[in-house]
Amino acid sequence: MTLNLAQLSRGQTAEVVAVHDQVAQDSIARRLRELGFVPGERVRVQAFGPIGREPLLVQVGMTRFALRRAEAERISVRADTRP
Amino acid sequence: MTDLVWDLNIALVGNPNCGKTALFNRLTGGRQKVANYPGVTVERKEGYFRSPAGRQIRVLDLPGTYSLAATSPDEQVTHDVCAGTHASEAVPDLVVCVVDSTNLRLHLRFVLDMLQTGRPVLLVLNMIDLARRRGIRIDQQALSRELGIPVVETIALKREGVHGLLARLDQELPSVASATSSGTDVHQRVNALLAQCVEQPLATAPLDDRLDAVLLHPVLGLASLALIMFFMFQAVYAWAEPFMAAIEWATHGVASALQGLLPDSLLKSLLVDGVIAGVGGVLVFLPQILILFLFILILEESGYLPRAAFLLDRLMVGAGLTGRSFIPLLSSFACAIPGIMATRSIQDPRDRLATIIVAPLMTCSARLPVYALLIGAFIPQHQVAGVFNLQGLTLFVLYFAGIASALMVSYAMKKLHPQKIEHALLLELPTYRVPDVLNVLLGLWERVKIFIRRVGGIILSMTILLWFLASFPAPPPDFAGAAIDYSYAGQLGHILHPLFTPLGFNWQICIALIPGLAAREVAVSALATVYAMSGSEEAVLAGLSAVISQQWSLATAFSLLAWYVFAPQCLSTIAVIRRETNSWKVTLGTTALLFALAYLAALFTYQIARLLGGG
Repeated sequence: MTLNLAQLSRGQTAEVVAVHDQVAQDSIARRLRELGFVPGERVRVQAFGPIGREPLLVQVGMTRFALRRAEAERISVRADTRP
Repeated sequence: MTDLVWDLNIALVGNPNCGKTALFNRLTGGRQKVANYPGVTVERKEGYFRSPAGRQIRVLDLPGTYSLAATSPDEQVTHDVCAGTHASEAVPDLVVCVVDSTNLRLHLRFVLDMLQTGRPVLLVLNMIDLARRRGIRIDQQALSRELGIPVVETIALKREGVHGLLARLDQELPSVASATSSGTDVHQRVNALLAQCVEQPLATAPLDDRLDAVLLHPVLGLASLALIMFFMFQAVYAWAEPFMAAIEWATHGVASALQGLLPDSLLKSLLVDGVIAGVGGVLVFLPQILILFLFILILEESGYLPRAAFLLDRLMVGAGLTGRSFIPLLSSFACAIPGIMATRSIQDPRDRLATIIVAPLMTCSARLPVYALLIGAFIPQHQVAGVFNLQGLTLFVLYFAGIASALMVSYAMKKLHPQKIEHALLLELPTYRVPDVLNVLLGLWERVKIFIRRVGGIILSMTILLWFLASFPAPPPDFAGAAIDYSYAGQLGHILHPLFTPLGFNWQICIALIPGLAAREVAVSALATVYAMSGSEEAVLAGLSAVISQQWSLATAFSLLAWYVFAPQCLSTIAVIRRETNSWKVTLGTTALLFALAYLAALFTYQIARLLGGG
């Protein structure tokens, strides 16, 4: 099932399918790709911020990034089936 | 810098948080700030050192960046220097690309980016000790062969950790690598390199998971943040006490000795009333300032600060700021100047401007002497609920008032100028580290030097100037009042007095406000000098605190505290706002806004306190 990253729940793992440009020459999408959000990469939602489940703490590769929902929504993922 | 000739010009580049600045400090013995959060190097820093073969090497520390496509002002500096388009900086002979060995997956991307520039590159695998401890094995030779550039390992935090790098710098420059053609997909290339050269059992340190589970927890995380902040402000009071008593005792001793030794003269007045009363009055707050910095340095080094930014981002966005504002704003508790400079890591110009405007509302350490004087004189040392020190509690409230007003100002700005373009948070949360004792001590020593330089420079000179204004012209022999009444300072105080009467300020305070513009803590030394000049020797010997607690009403004390929450900035802050925003309109607007806020806050505080019987 394809979701966007912001739809995952805490502790859920997934594989990146694509990072979408929301505007032409989307610099946020470009930066996300530079940080390692590229197709095939494994991600895991580690934590949520205290208000409105924002920002999300996402593990990609060996690094953790805090992303706001709007940023996470640019990343479509294939969620692993929960054990 | 003393040496302006060099044999080799190198630049340190790398991702944020790769330990570049620690490496810079280790190489140069420099005292630049190192911290475990992205975006500490806000502008390029240069240093010099000698290689083992005796060559003079100039090293440039450039802001960390994730790629050469810059998205913020500080990343732009790195891009410009490496591309050779920087206005004042020559292209480096060698680019030293520093990576965190525990995070090669991310950091190697930047190395590949760098190779595209066609400059000679040397790869430094930093924090190799941490990588080994986590079972990460890196085949250095294979990596060097694959990338086509020399590779060395370093541990920037250890003295012997940079020998390999130093030795390599004495060899000839590496040739420009040609291993990567521009068409190659960076991501695939990194994965291929990792597969060939690196063994990595675990993605992250297990300790990070456990700590984050608590420190980023919606409830426990916020509670720990509040607890850390609260503990910090309590400690500023509780721990500093014995040190302050010692400094007071020493000042007192010197003043009494001089009283006895010197005959009555102008020189004696200058030394005792001017220099010792003024400078001693400020010096006594050094322990509190150092404790505050100790906490800030430890928080920076440990990697906790970006976690705080994570917890507060949503709240700060609501108030018209960004989670990234947290780090510049926390630095502003020490001093607004580095805080305002640290806003360069904020990509969005509007968020950056809002952060710059509210940064002076954070209670900087220069305000601490003013607060400490007034709290010490007017707030009893009660224990509240058995655990809290009432004085510490008052200090916490004052800091909180600064924060709350900053949020209100930025919220008003947000309503006036709504955000049009979306800007990202995209904040890296680095792995936790035990703060390095050497780095913390160096940071503290740096603060001691800055403080002593201020005391010896601006504070001493303003004190002497004020002593002069308060001593001349001398009153005629038949003048009834205190000599200071007749002096320039007295006249000036009396002219300003009507303007500040609604605020409950007496003319002595009015005099002190003026030199307080040069640096806020000068207000304390100015008060000490003014009272020493107008009263007897008792003012110097009994201490300023005792004098004002007798002469001022509680309402006046609260009013002056409220004034300094908003405190019209010191001139250096105004200068740095001008430099960072490049706009007189913003600079003058911010200054006027803070003056207005300070006046109104003091007015309301005084009038309400009087109604409640504090007058």
